[in-house]
Amino acid sequence: MVRDIENIQHSFSTENDGNISKKQTFLTYGEQDKFAYYLLKLVASLVIILLLGMIAMLLNSSLSAIEEFGIGFALNDNWNPVEDEFGALAFLFGTLVTSALAILIAAPLSISVAVFINEILPTKLGKLISLFVEMIAAIPSIVFGLWGIFFLGPFVKDVLTPFLKSNFGFLPLFQGASFGIGILTASIILAIMITPTITSICREVLKTVPKIQKEAALALGATRFEMIKIALIKPSFSGLTGGVVLGLGRALGETMAVAMVIGNSPTITASLFSPAATMASVIANEYAEADSDLHLSAMCYIGLLLFLVTFIVNSFARAIVWKKQRKARG
Amino acid sequence: MKSLFSLILVLLMATNTYAVTKVNGAGATFPYPMYSKWFSEYNKNNKDVQFNYQSIGSGGGIRQLIKQTVDFGASDAPMKERDMKKAAWPVKHIPTVLGAVSVAYNLEVDSNLNLDGETLSAIFLGDISKWNDGRIQKLNPSVKLPNKDILVVRRADGSGTTSIFSDYLSTVSTKWESKVGRGKSLKWPVGIGSKGNEGVTATVKQTEGSIGYVELAYALKNNLPTVALKNKAGEFQKPSVKGVSLSAASLKKDAKVTASIVDAAGKGVYPISAFTYILLPVKEETVQLKEVKKFLQWALTKGQDMTEELHYAPLPTSLAAKMLEEIK
Repeated sequence: MVRDIENIQHSFSTENDGNISKKQTFLTYGEQDKFAYYLLKLVASLVIILLLGMIAMLLNSSLSAIEEFGIGFALNDNWNPVEDEFGALAFLFGTLVTSALAILIAAPLSISVAVFINEILPTKLGKLISLFVEMIAAIPSIVFGLWGIFFLGPFVKDVLTPFLKSNFGFLPLFQGASFGIGILTASIILAIMITPTITSICREVLKTVPKIQKEAALALGATRFEMIKIALIKPSFSGLTGGVVLGLGRALGETMAVAMVIGNSPTITASLFSPAATMASVIANEYAEADSDLHLSAMCYIGLLLFLVTFIVNSFARAIVWKKQRKARG
Repeated sequence: MKSLFSLILVLLMATNTYAVTKVNGAGATFPYPMYSKWFSEYNKNNKDVQFNYQSIGSGGGIRQLIKQTVDFGASDAPMKERDMKKAAWPVKHIPTVLGAVSVAYNLEVDSNLNLDGETLSAIFLGDISKWNDGRIQKLNPSVKLPNKDILVVRRADGSGTTSIFSDYLSTVSTKWESKVGRGKSLKWPVGIGSKGNEGVTATVKQTEGSIGYVELAYALKNNLPTVALKNKAGEFQKPSVKGVSLSAASLKKDAKVTASIVDAAGKGVYPISAFTYILLPVKEETVQLKEVKKFLQWALTKGQDMTEELHYAPLPTSLAAKMLEEIK
C-alpha cells in the first residue's frame, strides 16, 4: 500500500520532469488503468462463468433422467426409488405451497414491522428492534428445525389445529388429522426465516419516500394511519413487492429447517396439516445414500427445476424493481 | 512472526520423521461410532498407521471405492451386482458387527406391546390404522388398547436402517414385497418422514399414538419402549444385543456372508438384523491394503469385545474365525 502511494507520488514528480518517467515506474497511468480494467473484467466474468458452469454441471448430471423422463418429469407425481420411477410434481407442489403460504404470513408481518420501525418508533429504539429482527437471519437453519420439532410442532398440534378446526373446519384446507408436522408448520418456520430479509428491504424502500411527501399528507389533514397508507405504502408498493418476492426466492430454496418439520412424504393433498415434501428437502435427504444412477440423476433434475423456479421468481422481482426505478426517473 | 514460522516448520519436519501410512476409507454412517472407536484404540498400539474414515453413507462409500479414491469402502447392504461389475476388481465383503432395527412406539398402555411380522407390515402399509384393531388386540390379549389413530414414523433420508427394516417386512409379508419392496429409500404408503434416527426418536417421543423404527443402539440409549417381535420359533423377543448375535449364528456354515439374516430361525433370535460390511478390493497388495487387513484381523478378534458397550452386536465367534481365514 505504502509502496503504491510512493509509486504514484514518484510518477507524479517524474511525469512533470519529462522523459525519464517511464523507466522508473512499473506501470504508466494508462497501463494501470488498463490493468485494473482487465482485472475487474476478469473477476466480473468469473461470476457469470461460475453460474453458467453450475447450470452446465446440473444439466450434465441430470442428462440421463432428462432422457428417461423428459418434460413429463415435472408433471408426474410418482417417486419410487425402489422401482427407479421418478417424477417431481409432488415436490414441486410442496415447494410452491409452503413458500406461498410463508409469503402470505411473512409479507404483511414484515411490511408492518418495517413501517413500525421507520415511522412510529423513536429512532434509537427502532434501531434496536431492527437489530433484533436482523438477528433472526443469523440463526442457523438447523436451529430453526430443532425449534420446529420441539416447540412449534407441538404448538401447532395442540393449540393452532384445534383453533383452526373449530373456526374454519368446513374448509378442506383444515381437515384431516394433524400431528404437528406438515405443510403448516413448515410454512410458519419459513415465514419466520424470511421475515428479516423482507423487513430490511422494505425499510430501505420506505426510507426513499421523501419526508416532504409525508408532511404534505399530514398537512392536508390525513391521520397518521392515512398518511402511512396514502403517502408511504402506495407510492412504494412495487418496491415492497420486489422485497417480498426476494423473500419468496429464499423460501423456495430453504432446505434443512423445512426437511425437519415437513414430514417428507411426497403426496399432494388439500389439507395443510398433512405432510409433504419439497424439492430441496428430497435432495438433502436422499442424495447421500442413493445408489442407483437414475436416482442420482433424477435428483439433479429436481435441482435443475428448482434452479429454474428460483430464477423465474428472482427475475420477476428484478423486473418489478426496475420498472419502479424507471418510473421514478420519469 | 519469523520465529513462529520456523517453529511451525520445525514441528512439521519433526512429525515427518515418522513414516505414517495413511489409509482412507469411506462409507456407512451406521457403524461409524464403532469404527472410530476401533481406529483410535488400534492407533494406540500402531502409531505408524493412520485411518481416515469418512461416514458419507453406504452409497457414497461404494461409489468412492469404484472410483478408487479410497482404500476400502463400508456399506450396510451388500454391493449390488451392477456395482460389482463397475469395479475394476472383485470386492470382498467382510462383516464387522451386526446392526439391528427396533420398533419403538408411544402409547399409554400398561404393558409392553407384542407384534408379529404380518401385523407390523399391515401397520406400515396403512391397512391397520387404529391401535385397537382386532389383529393387534389378538397378539396382546391382556392389554387394553385405546381407540387411537396410528401415526407411522419413518426415515426420510436414505438409510441402511430402512434397508434392513424393509428387507424384514418384505420377507414376512408378500403384500409389502409387491407393493413397496426393499431399499434405502422407499415409496411409503403412509406416515411421516423424519431425518435420521434422532429425528424419528424425537417424533415418536412427542407424538402419542406413533410407531417408528430406529437403530437398536438408539432405542437402548434413549430408553424408548420397543415392540417385542415374534420370531420364527414363535417367541416374542424384545430387541437385544444377544438376540441379534443369535440371528447371525443361524447363518449356515457354507452360506455367503452377504445373505440376508432377517427373520432367522432359532430360539432367542431377534428377527430384524443385518451385518454391516467393510468392502475390500481383491487386487495387488498395496501398503494400504495390508494395513486394512491387519486392522481387520484386530477388529475381528480384540475389537469384538468393545462392541457391546456401544450397543452393537458382536459377530458369532465361528463367523469371526471364518472371516479371519478369508482375509489372509
